[in-house]
Amino acid sequence: MEQKELICIGCPMGCALTITMDGGQIVEVSGNTCPKGKAYGEKEVTNPSRTITSTVRVLGGESPLVPVKTRTEIPKDKIFACMEVLHGIAVRAPVAAGDVLLEDVAGTGVPVVATRGVGKK
Amino acid sequence: MKSCDIVIAGGGPAGLAAAIAARKAGVESILILERDREAGGILNQCIHNGFGLHTFREELTGPEYAGRYIEMARALQIEWMPDTMVMEISRDKVITAMNRREGIFRIQAKAVILAMGCRERARGALNIPGYRPAGIFSAGTAQRLVNMEGYMPGREVVILGSGDIGLIMARRMTLEGAKVKAVAELMPYCGGLKRNIVQCLEDYDIPLKLSHTVVDIRGKERLEGVTLAQVDDDGRPIPGTEEDYPCDTLLLSVGLIPENELSQGMGVVLDGVTGGPVVDESLETNIPGVFACGNVLHVHDLVDYVSEEAARAGVNAAGYVTGRLAQNGRKIPVTAMEGVRYTVPQFICPDRMEADLTVRFRVAGVYRDRFVSVYLDGERVLHQKKRVMAPGEMEEVILHKSSLLACPDLQCITIKTEKE
Repeated sequence: MEQKELICIGCPMGCALTITMDGGQIVEVSGNTCPKGKAYGEKEVTNPSRTITSTVRVLGGESPLVPVKTRTEIPKDKIFACMEVLHGIAVRAPVAAGDVLLEDVAGTGVPVVATRGVGKK
Repeated sequence: MKSCDIVIAGGGPAGLAAAIAARKAGVESILILERDREAGGILNQCIHNGFGLHTFREELTGPEYAGRYIEMARALQIEWMPDTMVMEISRDKVITAMNRREGIFRIQAKAVILAMGCRERARGALNIPGYRPAGIFSAGTAQRLVNMEGYMPGREVVILGSGDIGLIMARRMTLEGAKVKAVAELMPYCGGLKRNIVQCLEDYDIPLKLSHTVVDIRGKERLEGVTLAQVDDDGRPIPGTEEDYPCDTLLLSVGLIPENELSQGMGVVLDGVTGGPVVDESLETNIPGVFACGNVLHVHDLVDYVSEEAARAGVNAAGYVTGRLAQNGRKIPVTAMEGVRYTVPQFICPDRMEADLTVRFRVAGVYRDRFVSVYLDGERVLHQKKRVMAPGEMEEVILHKSSLLACPDLQCITIKTEKE
């Protein structure tokens, strides 16, 4: 049996969660004061994931960068692989908000989309 | 001189939401003056997500949230001028502004909405000893450089102050390849939202050093390092606790200040705690027909609340222009006491208020299992237990028009925290 300590981010309470694991199985979540905390704790120890927001270089645009995000969350351990891919690409203006700039980032199956438009210079 | 029903100073989230609401309330002649080249204000550089959960029930990035309001404003054909700086507003609502196309020009407004936002507290306000080398930035400046201009301020970073922008930039600089060595916070608690502590610092193993501050800055041309020390209960550095952090960049996230030079110039009375105008329930300042909303009024944590507040300012400005907003009502002061640092609004006119009025406030420390109480003169009308309150998270109570009207001789509304 192993234990992991987390702070719940469900609300400003910030409950200190203790998640007891046996192998890959969750035995118990304690310290939470609502069901949100239990769900957060379970997700964090089994499949932590994050939406990544960053920028991608734009060629010939009225601004040098376009802000982007992964359309959904990606596994936490893929964050830096995702960033490496984003550092290596550039797109040509014009870009519209919502444009898919990359179909599948770092083998996650998740697309990267522009979060605002950038017009041609 | 050109004239206009409502002139709005600032085209950020507050200005846009106010304009949209005023137009929907029936005012045709509205003009937004914006000093940047584009609308959206600070949201344009806040490329992270977490915006819009209240307003749109989905998680948007800053540019996406701004984009929705810009689209609404466009659809309603609201007129705006980019690259335009408001120089002065007179008490009788003549706006003096300038841009490169028209030079200096004046506009007579019937109503004015102040939506200029806030700016960051700078190093000069902190009295940090040491040299003044390159490499010291406010967190928001670094955010603009990284996210919009495409420059990295440096590679080895220490951040002073745990406000949300500082936490967000700790993550952002890390993702862009910098090493963030520590976030130091003078207070014994974090100034930012819990979610940012977890997702910006803990995710990347960045240490948060509470009750710590910068006591020395080294490097003559470029920053070479800073010294952090622990502070005592009065905020004084404790000798012997100094630690050196070699770094080429120091980011300051040490507070935001509402930008009220224009307001002061026209004689708007400011609140010493918020740094923003004193307003009533309609968000009207001491000058009739002049309204304030967003971060120029008080610094918000969530843009969703800015939009909601600004929409009220817009509706009320429209009411002023069309004569629907009653004048000369009796104003009751709202007093903040015992753990409540301030309230917005600071005055309430019961006759003018809506059925329910949200009063927002901040508390002075981290409080667990405390009550928030509202008194109408001596009588307690609300007693609400809160599991936890912190200065970094804005609180609110809702007042009912019916209960205020039930006290015809009401002198004072008091909001305070109570242990029991």
